[in-house]
Amino acid sequence: MEIFDIFLLEAVLNGILLGGLLALLSLGLNLIFGVIDVVWICYAEMIMIGMYAVYALHVQQHWPLLAAMAAGIAIVALLGALMHQFVIRPVLSAEPINQLLVTGGVLFFLQAAATLAFGIEFKNLGVRLPPVVIGEMSFSFPRIIAFAMALAGVAATWLLLTRTYIGTAIRAISQDRGIMPLMGVNPGRVFVVTSALGGSLAGLSACLLVLQYDIHPAIGLSFGPITFLICVLGGLGNMLGGLVAAFIFAQFISVGGFFFAIEWGYVIAFVFFIAVMFWRPQGILGGK
Amino acid sequence: MLALSNVSAGYGSFQALFGVSLEVKAGESVAVIGPNGAGKTTLLRAISKLIVLTAGEVTMEGRSLRRVAPHEVIATGIAHVPENRRLFPRLTVEENLKMGAFLVSSRNRYAERKKFVFNLFPRMEERRNQLAGTLSGGEQQMCAIGRALMSGPKLLLLDEPSAGLAPVIVQSIMQMVKRICAEGYTVLIVEQNIRQVLKVVDRAYLLETGRIKKSGASAELLASDDIRKTYLGI
Repeated sequence: MEIFDIFLLEAVLNGILLGGLLALLSLGLNLIFGVIDVVWICYAEMIMIGMYAVYALHVQQHWPLLAAMAAGIAIVALLGALMHQFVIRPVLSAEPINQLLVTGGVLFFLQAAATLAFGIEFKNLGVRLPPVVIGEMSFSFPRIIAFAMALAGVAATWLLLTRTYIGTAIRAISQDRGIMPLMGVNPGRVFVVTSALGGSLAGLSACLLVLQYDIHPAIGLSFGPITFLICVLGGLGNMLGGLVAAFIFAQFISVGGFFFAIEWGYVIAFVFFIAVMFWRPQGILGGK
Repeated sequence: MLALSNVSAGYGSFQALFGVSLEVKAGESVAVIGPNGAGKTTLLRAISKLIVLTAGEVTMEGRSLRRVAPHEVIATGIAHVPENRRLFPRLTVEENLKMGAFLVSSRNRYAERKKFVFNLFPRMEERRNQLAGTLSGGEQQMCAIGRALMSGPKLLLLDEPSAGLAPVIVQSIMQMVKRICAEGYTVLIVEQNIRQVLKVVDRAYLLETGRIKKSGASAELLASDDIRKTYLGI
């Protein structure tokens, strides 16, 4: 029983570590949807581009890892701003289904571009960090770094949104877009800043994922859907809901995987998702 | 300070204003009165460039607003308290005031102006951390006026500040308007509550179906026969 409990604890703690990363993944998507009202289906592919950027700068150009990561975040932030300016802005008043299709088109575009530039072989940074062993429990070191950085990213976003003028405007514009000009706010500029901020969160996610996973052009598909499901589970556009949902989802995956097999952890998490959708279609903390 | 000459505007094929001309001098308080649907709100929206003019011109301190973008109007010294107050319901009172001071030139005077607003509306200081959506109607109006004052405007546009409020609250709102005028602000106020508003402003224009029908000093209009008959029911 003693042994059993320590491994359950390990599963719970690993779930918390995973939850932090999932929380960061959902934050950017939620922020953009909450403010601009458009779902970026290609959000995970922007993360994929960030991973390739870090790989290209660090492995191919021999930049120091941290410099490559900083540049990776900046590149995806710029990509986010461009995404808004050239893809979203023209369809801002179009039907939601058309907006969705456009961002879906960007998904394939980014996948194809990555394939052309880097091929379909799996790439990695070649950074191998030893696991952290505490007593009989073992934790992946990159995952601990990812958790800490994800929390830092969430905290920094929260500070920006609550303490600065532009952050307050980002929250205000989602409540009443029409009167923003009366405040002296150019709504278009707030949208670009929000998109760049969402992009920089995708870039940060990329830096954390690239420490743990191999990169290939379709890697977005392995965490894009789960990111989207977490946003919906928490209430699409509700950032706090997304954070709560990320930690719940991660526990289902981790603890479910502990009791059965890791694949079953995902099955249980998705069954839970479907059950919640019947009970609260608007998500755990969603309004309406 | 503010002048409108032959302003026409509307929504799509519907024309709401037909060649409206009016003037507000520095230090004055002026009302635009008239029935529902006369175009009063449209008039203020045209000044703030929330809708485009189809003809005519608006000038602020001699400068045409024709080439000024909607979000740049506030920088010319015009602050607009919109119809139905339009506070950000899920921001606190203080965050709503912060939005009013969004302009870079307003930010470094934020503390000073917030003090002024709290001094004017002590209730807002008590409620500073409350979400604006949970305020009472009268408090929301104070918050909306306070938010507009945060930009340090020369001219304050008020759209129906008494709408939807109990009569006793309407009176206190009108007293606030009077106090704001006494503080030296120039005010252009749009109101349906004609009797109340004429007690606090210097002059007024009567707007009917998008045209100015009459203008004059408040006392003069209060005494005029057709206004008494049509709008005051005397």
